[in-house]
Amino acid sequence: MIEGKILKVSGPLVVAEGMREANMFDVVRVGEKRLIGEIIEMHGDRASIQVYEETAGIGRGDRVVSSEFPLSVELGPGLIGNIYDGIQRPLEAMVKKVGANITKGIDEPSLDREKVWHFEAALAFGDTVVGGDVLGTVKETDIISHKIMVAPNKKGTIVELRSGDYRVTDRIGKIKLPDGTMEEITLMQKWPVRVARPYSQKLPPVEPMITGQRPIDALFPIAKGGTACVPGPFGSGKTVVQHQLAKWSDVDLVVYIGCGERGNEMTDVLREFPELTDPKTGKTLMERTVLIANTSDMPVAAREASIYTGITIAEYYRDMGYSVAVIADSTSRWAEALREMSGRLEEMPGEEGYPAYLTSRLAQFYERAGKVICLGSDGREGALSAIGAVSPQGGDISEPVTQATLRIVKVFWGLDASLAYRRHFPAINWLNSYSLYRDRLDGWFSEHISKDWSDVVGRCLKTLQLEAELDEIVKLVGVDALSADDRLTLEVARSIREDFLQQNAFDSVDSYTTLKKQYEMMNLIHYFEDKARAAVKEGVNIQLIADLPVRERIGRAKAAEENRYREEYADIKREIDSELKRLIDEKTDD
Amino acid sequence: MIREYKTIEEVSGPLMLVKQVEGVKYDELGEIELPNGEIRRCRVLEVNGRNVLVQLFESSAGINLANSKVRFTGHGVQLPVSSNMLGRVFNGMGEPIDGGARIIPEKSLDINGTPINPAARYYPSEFIQTGISTIDGLNTLVRGQKLPIFSGAGLPHANLAAQIARQAKVRNSDSKFAVVFAAVGITFEEADFFISDFKKTGAIDRTVLFINLASDPAIERISTPRMALTAAEYLAFECDMHVLVIMTDITNYAEALREVSAARKEVPGRRGYPGYLYTDLATMYERAGRKMGSEGSITMIPILTMPEDDKTHPIPDLTGYITEGQIILSREMYRKGYMPPVDVLPSLSRLKDKGIGDGKTREDHANTMNQLFASYARGKEAKELMVVLGDSALTPVDRLYAEFADAFEEKYINQGFYENRSIEETLDIGWQLLSILPRSEMKRIKPELLQKYWPKN
Repeated sequence: MIEGKILKVSGPLVVAEGMREANMFDVVRVGEKRLIGEIIEMHGDRASIQVYEETAGIGRGDRVVSSEFPLSVELGPGLIGNIYDGIQRPLEAMVKKVGANITKGIDEPSLDREKVWHFEAALAFGDTVVGGDVLGTVKETDIISHKIMVAPNKKGTIVELRSGDYRVTDRIGKIKLPDGTMEEITLMQKWPVRVARPYSQKLPPVEPMITGQRPIDALFPIAKGGTACVPGPFGSGKTVVQHQLAKWSDVDLVVYIGCGERGNEMTDVLREFPELTDPKTGKTLMERTVLIANTSDMPVAAREASIYTGITIAEYYRDMGYSVAVIADSTSRWAEALREMSGRLEEMPGEEGYPAYLTSRLAQFYERAGKVICLGSDGREGALSAIGAVSPQGGDISEPVTQATLRIVKVFWGLDASLAYRRHFPAINWLNSYSLYRDRLDGWFSEHISKDWSDVVGRCLKTLQLEAELDEIVKLVGVDALSADDRLTLEVARSIREDFLQQNAFDSVDSYTTLKKQYEMMNLIHYFEDKARAAVKEGVNIQLIADLPVRERIGRAKAAEENRYREEYADIKREIDSELKRLIDEKTDD
Repeated sequence: MIREYKTIEEVSGPLMLVKQVEGVKYDELGEIELPNGEIRRCRVLEVNGRNVLVQLFESSAGINLANSKVRFTGHGVQLPVSSNMLGRVFNGMGEPIDGGARIIPEKSLDINGTPINPAARYYPSEFIQTGISTIDGLNTLVRGQKLPIFSGAGLPHANLAAQIARQAKVRNSDSKFAVVFAAVGITFEEADFFISDFKKTGAIDRTVLFINLASDPAIERISTPRMALTAAEYLAFECDMHVLVIMTDITNYAEALREVSAARKEVPGRRGYPGYLYTDLATMYERAGRKMGSEGSITMIPILTMPEDDKTHPIPDLTGYITEGQIILSREMYRKGYMPPVDVLPSLSRLKDKGIGDGKTREDHANTMNQLFASYARGKEAKELMVVLGDSALTPVDRLYAEFADAFEEKYINQGFYENRSIEETLDIGWQLLSILPRSEMKRIKPELLQKYWPKN
C-alpha cells in the first residue's frame, strides 16, 4: 500500500510526500474522511493531488493512501436513468444515505450492487472471442438492450457462460486467455475516464442527427458522430437549446453533462424527462438518458472530471452499436476548473489565465466523438455525437475557450442576445452560424426527404442574407426608397424568420417538427413569394400584398399538427392564389 | 488542547503568515489576541508544511509581530443560529449590534454550508406576486428562485428591492414568511432606508439584518453574505419558513475577494478578479432553492451595481450565468422618470414558464407575455428608425408599434414604487395595450385566447 503524508493544502490542491511509488493519475484517498483525489503532478516523492471534495478540515500530516488505480467509471447495466456527480457517485442513492446536502467522504458504488438483472447469453462454451464481442444481453430499459461485451483489450476462449439472474458483480462466466489464465466475467467492467475507449475504425459521418429543431435541421444540421458547439451570452437560451436536443434528437441514448451549471436546471431535467415521451419509441425520455450533474456549487475539481466521466459512459454505449449524443453544458465551466487547478499548481498561464494546454484538452474531448466500426467480430457501427455549450464572458466569442472550440468543432450555432431580447427563440444567428456537414448530408436529405432539399434551404439562406444587406439601406434611407421587389424580399425574409425559424420549445406541437413538415413549411413561404412576385410584376401595390389576411395563416402554419398539416398547407396555398388573384383583378379593373 | 502561537512572521494587507504551527487544518477559524487583549478573527487560506497563511476578517491595525498571539479553534467559521434571530440586527461577522443580548444558539452552523444535491431539489414553481407588472407579468418570480437586480450607480434599486420585500406574497398561502437582509459595504443611508422601510411596514419583526457598512472592514464582507445565507438556511430548511434574502451590494463583495486574491499574488482572470470568482459566487447563489425534507424555501434577490452600467463586466456577467435570470435597471428609463426603471428587453426570469399559466396565474399569461415582449422590441426598433428618418419613413403598422412602445412604457412599466397590482390587473393592462395594434399582428397568441380576452371596444 502506498501511503503518504500531507505537506500542503491550498483549496482543492493538496501536496503529499512519501508518494514516490504512486503512479500519475492514480486515485488517492485523502485524510480521515477518505476524500477522493487524483494525482496530477509528481516532483520527487511529492505528489500534487486534486481533491474532488471540499478540503476544509484537512491539514499537514494527514494520511494519503493510493488506490493504485486511475480514475475510472463503472460500466454496466443500471447506468441509464441514473444521475451521477462528476466522479460517478450516484446522487439519488446519496440523498437516501446522507440527506439533501452533499457531505464529505461519501462512498457509494456507482452501480447498484443489490439489483438483479437477467442476462441472456449469446455465445456458449468453446466460442473464441476478441475484445468487443457481445457475450450476451441484459434488458436495461424497455428500449435499450445492454450488450455485455468482452473488455476491449482481451481475447480468448469461453470456458463458462450461463444465462440467468445476476447482480453486477456476480460471475457470469469465464474466458481462457491465450496465456492460459482464466478471466472472470461480470456484468460490470471498469474503464479509466481519461483514456478513450478503442474502436476498430472511424467512418465519415453521412447521416444527420435529426433534432426536430428547424433552424438546426434545415439550416445548420449536425451529423451523427459529429461535433457542435453552442456559444452564447447568458439569457440567450443555451440551456433551452441543449434541453431540446436532449429531448428530441433521434439517437438511442443521451448523456447529459451539467458541468458547473445551475442546480435547478439539472433538477428540471430529472423531474421533467420521466414525464416526456420519446416520439420514436413512445417510452419516457429517462429510459434513454444518463445524467451527470456537477453543479456550480459542487467541488471544482470534480467538475474537471465530469466531462470525461460523461464521454466514457457514452463511448461504452457507442461500443454496443448505439448512436449516442453527449451534451455538455457548459465547457466554459470545465475550462475554468482547469484554469483554477493550473493557477494553484503555479503553472505559467496562457491567454486570460487559462493554461497553455487548454486547446489540446478540448480537442482531445471532441475527438472522442465520431462514427465508428466498433470492436468485435460482427463489425457493428456506433456513433457518438458531442455537443458543447460555451459561455463566453460578456458574450464575446473572441475569448480563448470559444476560439479553441471553434477550431475543432464542425457546427457552430451562435446564439445572439439581441435575438433573445426580441424573443426570437431559438436565438441562433443565421448570419454567423455554420455547419460544415451540410454538403456531406445533402445526399441523405435528397434521398429521404426531397430531391431539392438543399435548393430550398439555400434559397432561405439567400433571402436572409439579402435581408441583412437591404436592412443596411433601410437604416439609411427608409423603407420607402426600396423597390417593390426588394420590399417583398423583406416581407419574405420576415416570414422565414418569424414563421419558420422561430420555434417555441414550450408549445406541445411546435416543440418538435418532422423533416417533411419543415420542408413543406419552407415550401409554403416560397410558394407565397413566387405568387407575390408575379403579382408585383402585374403592378399590385406591395403594401396590399403585405397586408393580406392569408399571411396570418402562414404565420400560424407551424401550429398545424403532424397528421393534418398537408391539408392545411394545401388550403393556405389555395387562399394565397385566390387573394392574390383578387388583388390582380382589382388592379386591372381600375 | 488549544495551543497559542507567537510566531506571526508577516502581515501584509489582509494576509498574515504564521510559522511553526502544528495540526492546523485548511479553512480553520483562528483568533488573534492583540497585546491589549482585543480579539480578532482570521481563517486559514493555505497550509504549507508548518506554515499557515491566514486571511484576516478585520483590520490588521495594531497587530504586533512580537506580542500578538494566535490560536486556532479546531473548526471553521460558524454562526450560532436560533429562531430568535428574527427582529435582530447583527454585524458582518454575526455579532448582535442592536444592543440586545447575545443569541442563545440552538446550534452552530458552518457558514460555508454544503452543496444541495441536485437530486434532492424541488423545481421552483410557485408564483410569487410582487405587485410589480414588469416582474409579475414579464419576468415572473417564483419561490426558491435567485433573481438578481442589475443596477447602476445612482439608480433606485433599493426602492425596487424594498417594494418587492413589502408586496411579495404567494396567493392562497398563509405559510410563515421571513426576510434576511445582508448589507455588504453599503452606506449608512442606504442601509437606513431599508431598515426604516421594514419598520414602517412592520416587517422588521420577521427580518434578520446583517450589516456591514462602507466604513466597516472590507475583508469582513467576504463572510457577511455567507452569515446571512446560513441564517436563511436555518430558518428555511429547519424552521420551515419561506425566506426572502436580499443582498446588496455584490459588487462590494467581489471587490473584497479581489483584494485578498491580489494580496496572495494569484494569477488574475478578467479585470483583476480571481479566476475562481464564478465558483465563489456560485457557492453563495446556489444556496437558494427548495429541497426535499423541508417545507421552507430561500428566494434570493442579490443586488449589484454594474460598473459603468456595463453588463459585460465580470461581476454582472458571471452572476447572470449562475442566477435564474436578472432584472436590469435602465438609466434611460430613470431619466424619463419611469419608475421602477426596469429595462424590460434584457431582463429575464428563467423559471417563469413553470410558475405561470392556468391554475397559477391565468391561462393567457404565457402568450401575452411573449406578445408584449416581441411587440415592444419591434416598437423600439421602429422608434429608433423614426429618430433617424422621421415617421413618414415607417409603414403604417410600424407607426402603430411605435405608439404601442410609448404607451407600454407609460402605463405598464411606469407604475411607481407604491402601487401594488394584482396579476389580473397586470394582464388586463397588457391586453389594453396590445389592442393598440391590429389584431392580425397577435401571432403569438392562440386564437381561442384572442377570442376570449381581446378588448371588445
